[in-house]
Order: sequence, then C-alpha cells, then structure tokens
Amino acid sequence: MAIALSILFDRLRWEEKALYKAAKRKKLSTKLIDIKNIYFDTLSKKRAGIFGDISIQRCISYFRGLHLTAILEKMAIPVINPFHVSMTCGNKLLTTLALSKANVPTPKTYVTFTRGAAVELTRKIGYPAVLKPVVGSWGRLISPLKDEESAEAFFEHREHMSDPLLQIFYIQEMVDRPPRDVRTIVVGEEIIAAVYRSSPTGEWRTNVALGAITSPCPITRELEHAVLRAAEAVGGGVLGVDCMESSKGILVHEVNSTVEFKGAAAASKVNIPEKIVSYAIEKVKR
Amino acid sequence: MKLKCPECDGNLATPKDLMEGEIVSCPDCGLELEASFNGKGEVELKKAEIEGEDWGE
Repeated sequence: MAIALSILFDRLRWEEKALYKAAKRKKLSTKLIDIKNIYFDTLSKKRAGIFGDISIQRCISYFRGLHLTAILEKMAIPVINPFHVSMTCGNKLLTTLALSKANVPTPKTYVTFTRGAAVELTRKIGYPAVLKPVVGSWGRLISPLKDEESAEAFFEHREHMSDPLLQIFYIQEMVDRPPRDVRTIVVGEEIIAAVYRSSPTGEWRTNVALGAITSPCPITRELEHAVLRAAEAVGGGVLGVDCMESSKGILVHEVNSTVEFKGAAAASKVNIPEKIVSYAIEKVKR
Repeated sequence: MKLKCPECDGNLATPKDLMEGEIVSCPDCGLELEASFNGKGEVELKKAEIEGEDWGE
C-alpha cells in the first residue's frame, strides 16, 4: 500500500505546492491539509487517520505549527520536524543555547530581561551590536544598535510593546562579514543545497523575504562540519541552517525548522522538495 | 477563471491550476485573497490572514 503523507499548512506557499507535486510524482497518497479549518479533541485519536503515516508540518505561524505538532505527536503521528526540534529552532535563544552546548561556532550572544539591564549590557560590550526578537523571521524587528542613542531608542520601543517575548532582550555581536550569508538546506545527515544570500542595495540584512539574491555556494569541509553539527545540536530533520563568513571562520547564526527553499531551489541543481519527500518516506520505512 | 475581488469588486483572474488555500492578490486594491472551493467546485475568495509576529520559517 502506498505511503500516506500529509502536508500541513496555514498559508499555501510555493514550497508547499512543490512538496505536494514531488509527493505525487513519487506516487504517495498525499493530502494538503489547511489546518485553519480543522479541530481536535485532545482525548481522542479518531482524527489521526486523516494525517496518514507521516506529516510534514509547514505552518507559517510558529506557534500554530508547534501546538499542532504536539497534538499529532500525542496521537503517535510522526511529524517532520518533531516538536522538540521546532520548539528549539523557533526561538533564537533556545537555538543559541543548543549550539553553544554542542560547541558549534555561533556569534557572541547576550540576554537581559529589562530595558535598564539592556542599556548597561550594551555599554559594557560596546557598539555596534544587533537586537533580535527571540521569536520571529524574515528579518522582522532585527535592529542594528549603532551607538548608545540608537540602542536606548530601540530598548524604549521594546518596553512599550505588549508581547512578553519582546521583553527578552537578545543581543548579538555585529559580525564583520561580507554583505551576504550562507543558507544551507539540511535533510537528515546531508547538506543537499547551499546558497549565498546577498543583501539587496540599501539593506544590511540577508533575508530572501527582504529581496536578497541567491547564488550557488560551494560546500567546503568547514561549512559542512559546522552545519551538520548545528543540525544535530537542535535535534536534526529538515532544516535551514544559516551561517556567516566571519574573519574567524564560519559562524552558525540561525536554524530554521520550516525552511523556505524557493530561493535555494532557484540557485541549486538539486530537487529539494523530492529530497524532503524521500526523507519522509525513509522515516516511515524505518 | 475570472472572479471579483470581495473588497473592491475589481476583476481578478486566477491560474488554471489554483489550489485550495492559495493566495492571489487583487490587481486593483492589492488585497491578498485566499482561495477555497465550495461544494460545487467553484472558487471562493476571502481576505487572507494578516502577517503575524510569529510568521516565518
């Protein structure tokens, strides 16, 4: 009998459509499930059948996807990626802690919980630095702290924001790097694609969502070593591991568990969605 | 397939291979619309969700 795969989404992007088409090509019984239209009884396993043998969790909302994964795992449905991986990757602080614990090279990172402590900290570590939200993506709310004046302004703004997660001040060194970073796509224990993401004119961030241009990147031994260790440190699976080329070598600064790969697919010869679907098939067979 | 934007009544053409949940933008007002299929297989468009703080990858 054909393996049944479900692709869970709350906004259908290019990636979910590509995964669906790849699964169809592999003759899997495939369902795209819009999770905004379903409900669950937490005591029941009745609905488990609709998700098939395995689910690929592709929700654009981190918290929605995370909670959905918890429900599915309780129903004994394997999910790519598992709950503990999604939880770690969706939170920059948890990712940093996991990377540090595994001795993966990562930018120097500091955390405080109040505006006053944040001011004191940045005076001590110096400028420039970068303020990032612990939860968030696409470069949203990532702010360069160029001097004390700008830092104090950003901290004040944060203090007036109601989201409690924004009261966690996650501050990183500003890494001296070329105007690009490296996005690698990891599937299991292999880097299947690596691309440079070059900032567009007038932008210092390197997110494709902000207009970064992708181009092929060679997979060096140093890159491979850092990336695969980072993937292992967060629990493994299908991941987007992002690195910076610092003067001290490769630094891993982010790991994404619902990786967007449209940009990487455009600059890579590898069929990324097919590799992900093959990984799901192997997970079921194991 | 030709449809009307529920916000501004502008004319909107959707691709032939439109899928459930896919987002289309109204060329007149720019609103993002989410496609769904009703019981008769007809396309219905509703306002798509606005980007959340936790959206991303």
